[in-house]
Amino acid sequence: MNLTTPLARVRGLGSAKHGTEHFWQQRVTAILLAPLCLWLVISLLGLDLQDYGEVVVWLRTPVNTLLLLTLVVAACHHGQLGVQVVIEDYIHDDWQKVTSLIMVKFLAILAGLASILAILRVFLG
Amino acid sequence: MAQFTLPRKSKVKPGKKHSIADGAARKKTFNVYRWDPDSGENPRLDSYEIDLDKCGPMVLDALIYIKNEVDPTLTFRRSCREGICGSCAMNIGGTNTLACTRASTDIPGQVAVYPLPHMEVKKDLIPDMKHFYAQYASIKPWLQSQTPAPPDRERLQSKADREKLDGLYECILCACCSTSCPSYWWNSDRYLGPAILLQAYRWIVDSRDEHTGERLDELEDPFRLYRCHTIMNCTNTCPKGLNPAKAIAEIKKLMVVRTI
Repeated sequence: MNLTTPLARVRGLGSAKHGTEHFWQQRVTAILLAPLCLWLVISLLGLDLQDYGEVVVWLRTPVNTLLLLTLVVAACHHGQLGVQVVIEDYIHDDWQKVTSLIMVKFLAILAGLASILAILRVFLG
Repeated sequence: MAQFTLPRKSKVKPGKKHSIADGAARKKTFNVYRWDPDSGENPRLDSYEIDLDKCGPMVLDALIYIKNEVDPTLTFRRSCREGICGSCAMNIGGTNTLACTRASTDIPGQVAVYPLPHMEVKKDLIPDMKHFYAQYASIKPWLQSQTPAPPDRERLQSKADREKLDGLYECILCACCSTSCPSYWWNSDRYLGPAILLQAYRWIVDSRDEHTGERLDELEDPFRLYRCHTIMNCTNTCPKGLNPAKAIAEIKKLMVVRTI
């Protein structure tokens, strides 16, 4: 039998005093990603994707490398922020929640670094 | 994990059928959720076919008619019967609303009447509002001010500042919005929900209140405030035509404004 008062249960451990940063970063990365994704799709449609050499030449220009790196970093950050929300929404077991949250952060860092490395390898030849 | 199906003992079974509309010109069937905690049985859906000419126009009138004429054990809350007390909030025809302001004829076909979704049920159409009211108490829904009120008159407020409370003060705390929100269904233990956040904003935006910062501090939390994902069910369902989603967005805006 739980004898704590309803108000004590609602107040719980108090306010975490954060959350705005997460909310703000998700919006900023979304604003950044909208034009970047459009740019990427239009650029890829203009390329012969069967021709490796042509794609490499396109990617080696500094502007394209810079934009692609920005897109990768923004996408990984935005993605992990979004998945974090889904996990917090639906997973209520503490251990499962913490493990999933850590895994998502690790995967985002790993995917981001691997993508950056691949882009830089092409850029630097 | 969030629970997507009802527990075995909560699954709704077919119930009894009653008809007192023989020869009636305007028949209407109400399928009403029934559950008696003392019976130990699963909830059931009882069906009542009634003559609409023998009761008032609203769903609440029909429920009162059923209680008086067919089944006195049917249990529901009601008080003002004019949309100001919020007692008769329930799920009617798939939408959370007030039984007293929802016309029976506005719902096509048979009328399904359930208690507010995802709340513990005390009996039949009566949800347990304890947690909801505790959440309301937690936001300190009263004017907080260090400056004493003038001894000879009320605290003054400009017309423009008073207008900021329009669309907020009308909330009757019926809980239709909160119980329509999937985020509230999954995380109501920590998420305050649209009704309480609208009430919180009502005090945040009140020009006479001096605790705006403290109020925002209390809400700045990934669960208390930021579980709102702008699903908009709250605004869609509000029987008073209010916009809790906008109030929540305004709180989030203030949270950002004070950091940049």
